[in-house]
Amino acid sequence: MTSSEAPLLQLSGINKSFGPVHVLRNVELSVWPGQVTALVGDNGAGKSTLIKGIAGIYGFDSGSYQFEGHEVQVHDPKAAAALGIEVVYQDLALCDNLDVVHNMFLGREEHKRVTLDEIEMEKRATETLKGLSVRTLKSVRQQVSSLSGGQRQTVAIARAVLWNSKLVVLDEPTAALGVAQTEQVLNLVRRMADNGLGVILISHNINDVKQVADNIACLYLGAMAAQVDASTVNHSTVVELITTGRSGDLGLQPETIAAVGGVA
Amino acid sequence: MSTQQKTDVDVAASGDSAGVRQAFNDYANRVRGGDVGSLPAILGLIALIILFSVLQHDVFFTILNFANLINQGAAIIVLAMGLVFVLLLGEIDLSAGYAAGTAAAILAVALTSWHWSWPLALIFALLVGTAIGLIIGLLVARLGIPSFVVTLAMFLALQGVMLLVIGDGGTIGIQSDAILAVMNKNMPIWAGWLLWAIVSAGYALITWRAIAGRRKAGLVSTANSVWALKVIGLTVLTGLGIWFLSQERQIVREGKQSCPVDGTAPVGCIPVIQGVPWVVLVIIVLLVFLTFVLSRTSFGRHIYAVGGNAEAARRAGISVKGIKTYCFMICSTLAAVAGVLIASRDNSVSPTTGGAQTLLFAVGAAVIGGTSLFGGRGRIADAVIGGLVIAVIANGLPLVTQQSGVQFVVTGLVLLVAASVDALSRKRSLTG
Repeated sequence: MTSSEAPLLQLSGINKSFGPVHVLRNVELSVWPGQVTALVGDNGAGKSTLIKGIAGIYGFDSGSYQFEGHEVQVHDPKAAAALGIEVVYQDLALCDNLDVVHNMFLGREEHKRVTLDEIEMEKRATETLKGLSVRTLKSVRQQVSSLSGGQRQTVAIARAVLWNSKLVVLDEPTAALGVAQTEQVLNLVRRMADNGLGVILISHNINDVKQVADNIACLYLGAMAAQVDASTVNHSTVVELITTGRSGDLGLQPETIAAVGGVA
Repeated sequence: MSTQQKTDVDVAASGDSAGVRQAFNDYANRVRGGDVGSLPAILGLIALIILFSVLQHDVFFTILNFANLINQGAAIIVLAMGLVFVLLLGEIDLSAGYAAGTAAAILAVALTSWHWSWPLALIFALLVGTAIGLIIGLLVARLGIPSFVVTLAMFLALQGVMLLVIGDGGTIGIQSDAILAVMNKNMPIWAGWLLWAIVSAGYALITWRAIAGRRKAGLVSTANSVWALKVIGLTVLTGLGIWFLSQERQIVREGKQSCPVDGTAPVGCIPVIQGVPWVVLVIIVLLVFLTFVLSRTSFGRHIYAVGGNAEAARRAGISVKGIKTYCFMICSTLAAVAGVLIASRDNSVSPTTGGAQTLLFAVGAAVIGGTSLFGGRGRIADAVIGGLVIAVIANGLPLVTQQSGVQFVVTGLVLLVAASVDALSRKRSLTG
């Protein structure tokens, strides 16, 4: 759609219902390596359902899930992690009482026989942070409780990158941050993509999306309104896609909008 | 001289923290940030010792009383060590006192009524403790009943089990020299000094290897001066303790003679009491082993993670239910060890063994030592320091006032103060 390269992740015809509620309808999504794909949409559009399906927290009802060109079955988070898919949730899931290194290796500690290999873990954590050009952390042995919101986000993202991951999904990483920290995190997101990772960025902030994303996928009431090259659309087009499902030639056909329950 | 300077610069360049002043500043910052650790307990311990020594110097500050303190505190310390595991999760075990009592009762019955050998009876008693913990752990982790309720129910049920095990007799004497020796016999003087040498050298070696390893990898490590200060501090303090305990503490009254050391015992002589009580060895072994488990293994790391943020731990692939179950099992097993110590000290087991203030003292010891009631923060060493504070209060107060009412009130207030410090420091670390 926006790149000649083969997509890293390709979803097509994805459906998901919770009881009588049809949350995702024939959703298509492509994510390319080295690109930031922004996933936007109003509350209840199905963004969370989509990424939880990608992360394997629950399976999709139907549709094709292709990763690196192969059809894969992702029914639990471990399967997603094995493929190289890491998700940074909005609550970050960090332990305040542990330091940065401990958090980055939580559940996947390095060992020297039975004891923890603190030196190896600290070296790898430091390398990963350097690779992302993170300079905001004073020490990797700081407790997370002493870090600011932006620093915490950095640690959570670095943890996702640490595991040779190929696709990193970020759920509203800048929602709770101030201006300077938002800038830092967005730079970090850009650097991840420049390092060759595929990135899915969920955000409500169109300015952030325009600043950092290579392409924008817009969900409207559970249907994919459009996935477009970020440079070809302006701010108001994106807003229109989010709120009405279509904008000019882009977006859903009026009959589809009526079918999903929107106002055409 | 010039080469010496050169290496100094190199070490600094590789990122060592700059000496004692830096270490002190870092510590002061941690305290200001709400991580007070064992500091209040150590200050409290010093203040209490000074207070009681001034009020009752002829009784409190004697060598005999110093040994008594250890005997009074030992069971509380071991019980508190077990509670640290449960408190780290943010849970509580109210039944630990009677788990200790039940294990002690099983031990006594196995030795006396079933005529088992002491190692077999000991292992069985400890396994009973583990089984109690397994039941509590499964109910809390699998069914999701709050630990407060589960262990309150077990608190009552285990009292009943004790009554049933002990039977109508009311009290069962412990008939095993090995079990009784733990709390009533002392190590030979040379063994005390050997223990001192092993502990000091072991601490120096292990901490030095960690520092050397970090330097080799080019990571920030503790400065030599800070390391030396810690090693010297530990060596001097433990050395003083061993020296105190190596003194003769039998009070020789006029007209009596103490027995000769060669083992012959003329009629009417008073036996020599000197040396480190064997229970000190038990506590040191538990302290080292459990500290290793908590700070150097994945299992220990996962306990802290579950206590800090259970949801984060679950998403990181840690079995939260498994960790919870294991912690309750460890707690009750250590409670069983404490039960054996109480039985050894009292020479017998009765339905009140492990009852009364035992549990409250142990929870108090852990919290006073710096273990948080909110989970995620605490060390095994906290139990030892807090246990000593509790032992000093329990030992010193009766020397000052005979009124048990006053003693209860003071002990209760000390626990409340410790819990307040814990709550305030948590508030501070959340807002700061």
